[in-house]
Amino acid sequence: MSDVVRLEYRNVTMRFVAASGKALTAVERVSLAVRDGEVVSLIGPSGCGKSTLLNIGSGLYTPSEGEAFVDGERVEGPNAHVAFMLQKDLLLPWRTVLENVMFGVEIQRLALPERRRRAHALLENFNLAEFAGHYPHQLSGGMRQRVALARTLAVDPSVLLLDEPFSAVDAQTRMVLQRGLAQTLKRAGKTALLITHDLLEAVTLSDRVLVMSRRPGRVIDEIRIELPQRDDPIARRREPRVNEYVARLMDRLDISHAGQPAAGASA
Amino acid sequence: MNGNSSLVRRGTAASVALLIVVLAAWQWGPGLLGIPTFIIPPLSAVFDEFLRMLAVSALMTHTGVTALEVIAGFVLGSLLGAFFGYVLGMSPTAEFALSPYILALQIAPKVAFAPLFILWMGFTLYPKILVAILIVFFPVMVNVLTAIRTVDPDLVNLARAFKATRAQIFWKIEFPASLPPLFAGLRIASTLAVVGVVVGELVGGNLGLGYLLAFGEGQANTAMVFVAILMLTVVGGIAYLAVILVEQRVLHYLPRRTLSGV
Repeated sequence: MSDVVRLEYRNVTMRFVAASGKALTAVERVSLAVRDGEVVSLIGPSGCGKSTLLNIGSGLYTPSEGEAFVDGERVEGPNAHVAFMLQKDLLLPWRTVLENVMFGVEIQRLALPERRRRAHALLENFNLAEFAGHYPHQLSGGMRQRVALARTLAVDPSVLLLDEPFSAVDAQTRMVLQRGLAQTLKRAGKTALLITHDLLEAVTLSDRVLVMSRRPGRVIDEIRIELPQRDDPIARRREPRVNEYVARLMDRLDISHAGQPAAGASA
Repeated sequence: MNGNSSLVRRGTAASVALLIVVLAAWQWGPGLLGIPTFIIPPLSAVFDEFLRMLAVSALMTHTGVTALEVIAGFVLGSLLGAFFGYVLGMSPTAEFALSPYILALQIAPKVAFAPLFILWMGFTLYPKILVAILIVFFPVMVNVLTAIRTVDPDLVNLARAFKATRAQIFWKIEFPASLPPLFAGLRIASTLAVVGVVVGELVGGNLGLGYLLAFGEGQANTAMVFVAILMLTVVGGIAYLAVILVEQRVLHYLPRRTLSGV
């Protein structure tokens, strides 16, 4: 991990006009930086603007104030340095697995042999080679999500923006996918910003966890995860210290108190 | 798999049995119930009339003319419908501006235009094709328009994040995503095209199965009317089947559905 900053938000504020016509501030003065090869998680209550930050990073939204930088370049719109992956796999049902993996590089007009080479290499890597000719509906949820990850990596982005990539799969598949992601990120030395609701996922996959407040979202805490084996979240889960981190995150998010009867609690 | 194939076998057997029962009822039922043959001619009389029309009334020529009009109306109407569906789907302004007129035209019974078109174009094939175009246009356009409107915005954003151009978004996302609803529209259109053509032929001209229908009625030749109706059903059935065959090739990536296709 070097000190080169790959992804940076400087004083980013994003306002929307809500359906009622009122202005709504989704995120307010958010500044954060992700260094080369670092994996940073973003957690916070729903509606705190996490996904807004991701859309700004990928150039789909222009912030109301402030700016985002990727690889030192100001983000002016969609660009080849970043690629995102969502909870929905967004596989195109009319394309085979191979064609889906090639979707991004095809749009970027890479030569066909190079597209194929990259897609085959990634499928090999994700143990999906034998499914190259299958259509998405023939795959399980976990496999589809792996194909989506392969498609994201095929464009060789320097920064990955991941928006709850595994929240739609069952708990066991999720652990396997998390390990696959962690190993891939480590091996390829990719930088990633991971949005998640899953505190354990944040702790086991990241170098740092940023906690956001309720709307308007601001970064209210930063927790450095000082655990070994960032490339093996399953091993990390066994670390006793994981619980301390999770407990601290729960406190910061006020989860422990939310939904409890206010009076009569034995204090 | 086993249960499925036995369902197909039992279903087919029941279908064939039902056909035999209906045909038998058609042949002997009217006689048993004392219904005169000019109301319901028995099956054998209709078949005799069919042979007579083949020989004397140029049945195949009339059928061919009707089929030609159906094909022309279906193809042109579908192309127009699809074109406007895509244009309106991609241009909210155009849709907003045009939707009241489109709605008005959609509510107006299209077959009522047939006399008007015949006044304009005479007793040619064109007014019949035009009625078919008009009647085919709407289901295709509405299906395409809805399909384009309901493309998952996240898919479009995915393409945009890869720096896709507007043309790439259309050809790689919106167009393929619109194909299943487009084909649903084409299926409806293939049957409606026959309706449009027949109404046109009924109103005027001396060609086509619609003309034979009117002619048979004038002669009080009920068997002739029956033959014309059967031939129209055959024409419509072939058109529908053709759409399904193309659909199965184009949408081969969809999970296997029941083959009945209805």
